[in-house]
Amino acid sequence: MIEIKDLHKSYKMGSNSLHVLKGINFKVEEGELVAIMGSSGSGKSTLLNILGMLDGADSGEYTLDNVPIKNLSETKAAQYRNKFLGFIFQSFNLINYKSALENVALPLYYQKVPRKERQEKAMKYLDRVGLKPWAAHLPSELSGGQKQRVAIARAMAAEPKVLLADEPTGALDSKTSYEVMDLIQKINDDGNTILVVTHEEDIAHMCKRIVHLKDGVIVEDKKIEQVRAEQYV
Amino acid sequence: MFDLERWQEIFDTIRKNKLRTFLTGLSVASGIFILVILLGFGQGMRNGIEQEFKQDASTSVWVWPGVTSKEYKGLNPGRRIQLVNENFDRSSAMFKNTIERGSSRIFVRGVSVNYGKEALIYGVQGVASDFQFIENASMLEGRFINYQDEVSAGKVAVIGNKIKTDVFNKVDSPIGEFVEISGIPFKIIGVYKEMEDREEERIYIPITTAQKAFNGGNRINNMSFTLPPVENFDEAVAQAINFKDDMREYLQQIHTVAPDDTGAMEVWSAMEEAKRYYGLTNNIKLFFWFVGICTIIAGVVGVSNIMMIVVKERTREIGIRKALGAKPWSIIAMILHESIFVTAISGFTGLIFSMALLELVGPNIEVDYVLNPSVNFKVAFSTVLVLILAGTLAGFVPAWRAAKVQVIESLRDE
Ligand SMILES: Nc1ncnc2c1ncn2[C@@H]1O[C@H](COP(=O)(O)OP(=O)(O)O)[C@@H](O)[C@H]1O
Ligand SMILES: [Mg+2]
Repeated sequence: MIEIKDLHKSYKMGSNSLHVLKGINFKVEEGELVAIMGSSGSGKSTLLNILGMLDGADSGEYTLDNVPIKNLSETKAAQYRNKFLGFIFQSFNLINYKSALENVALPLYYQKVPRKERQEKAMKYLDRVGLKPWAAHLPSELSGGQKQRVAIARAMAAEPKVLLADEPTGALDSKTSYEVMDLIQKINDDGNTILVVTHEEDIAHMCKRIVHLKDGVIVEDKKIEQVRAEQYV
Repeated sequence: MFDLERWQEIFDTIRKNKLRTFLTGLSVASGIFILVILLGFGQGMRNGIEQEFKQDASTSVWVWPGVTSKEYKGLNPGRRIQLVNENFDRSSAMFKNTIERGSSRIFVRGVSVNYGKEALIYGVQGVASDFQFIENASMLEGRFINYQDEVSAGKVAVIGNKIKTDVFNKVDSPIGEFVEISGIPFKIIGVYKEMEDREEERIYIPITTAQKAFNGGNRINNMSFTLPPVENFDEAVAQAINFKDDMREYLQQIHTVAPDDTGAMEVWSAMEEAKRYYGLTNNIKLFFWFVGICTIIAGVVGVSNIMMIVVKERTREIGIRKALGAKPWSIIAMILHESIFVTAISGFTGLIFSMALLELVGPNIEVDYVLNPSVNFKVAFSTVLVLILAGTLAGFVPAWRAAKVQVIESLRDE
């Protein structure tokens, strides 16, 4: 599903250059639930953003669903993001003036799904994250956990091939974090490929594989026994 | 433009961001409002100044004798030149092909003027019938002095409207009333109106009467003429200058005045003055163009700032939309579509309100040098278009930038 080879990325800051990713190689198969771990500043977000085509790499190869991602026009990149990728951010990134339902329906707008169908589908996904009664509420009227569930519903609504989550529980207390992880595990159970960036051990162990980043390279990549989040909810 | 889904998305955005939309709209509308009012007053001031200059017949020429300042043909300087009837009659005959109308005039001095028991302090002037047209005075009541009055040296008087309101406020009409000038009763036959109050504080009587009744002999104080109107302004000026020079030359000869002693025989042409005034109005025009352009620039800067701030504020939203699969052009189109829509609606609202205000209030404004402020609809309309265009461009730059940069940069924006 995802394959990257010798991926490099550095940030230029004035005359200095900060080499963040120093040759990353890895592969993700369909249906995997991968945790990307590492200390703060180790380049986890940078890697995920490149995988999500939110940012560009300096060099290296990237293939997503057998499509080589290289020198894409912004228009093409938008199409791939829309069709292949769903995002879940630590800061939720909901549009504050749109209701929960409208937020979930937004990727479908960019898929040119007609309005009525859009709303039906969005409602279906809101229902799946248990927020149907909150459909008409603005993000400001929702709790952190609820916001993240709306964001998850939004990521799911486009029916992407890969879900990318950057510290999805970073802004949540542990109980809410487990609820969100429970949701992510269930989505993964349905066969969706998911990458979760986290620096928390317990969250990482709720995935099926842990990739450890340190100083811009992968220092460890292991399959693990998944801890189900359900038991903590 | 006719993408229904996008219209829905835009109306959604507007509905959900009422305050932002309202503030944007308000500043655009008030900008246009102020602009139109300013343009209107610029026009009003031009009208007003033009009006101020429209007092006397525009082709009038005035002759004022003075005191010689140069020795000439054995005559000492310091000699007071006195015009007499003959000067007027001869010159009128000489230049009869050039002159349209003419009148000599005498200021009657050292007389008392009474209305009943009331003593009046208005100046009395003896004039001919043509003087009405030279002064550009319009009759409010009755008639002006006519040729018959001149021939018969009738004891009739024409008063200014100011005198009527100041003195004859107890009678229905001053017509038929009598004023006594040095004890001689003069019947009021007319009331005239002038542009300026000062010129309405005169009592005109026939020049013949003035000379006969008040020891005027054949003396006159000055002469005035109008020339026939000429379509072309430059020709009119040339005609006036020609006539002026001929007239001066003739009178200087008769009175033995040195040709370069202009103070002794002053000839003044309204046309020449008008030429200066046209130069002045051109400068005023230029000035108001300058003010107008500055105002438009201010408006452009204002609207552009608003647009830039609005788009800047939405950078993160742009990032989110892009992460969800919005193409760059759909982002730009959405933002511009919305901003054009809001600017256009509010711009034209401001336009309509300001034009309505000018329509309603404009004609009632009575301030010196401001007359009927109004604005050319085409100019105002184009101004609104310019502002919309400027707002669009100003919104376009940050929208384009936000649409082009890596999504993560827009998302990072706080
Ligand atoms: N836009 C940027 N410009 C400069 N430096 C950046 C930028 N984004 C991230 N970095 C730096 O790159 C390093 C890795 O960042 P990041 O991928 O966000 O780390 P993580 O998500 O693992 O905490 C950090 O040292 C961070 O300061
Ligand atoms: Mg991070």
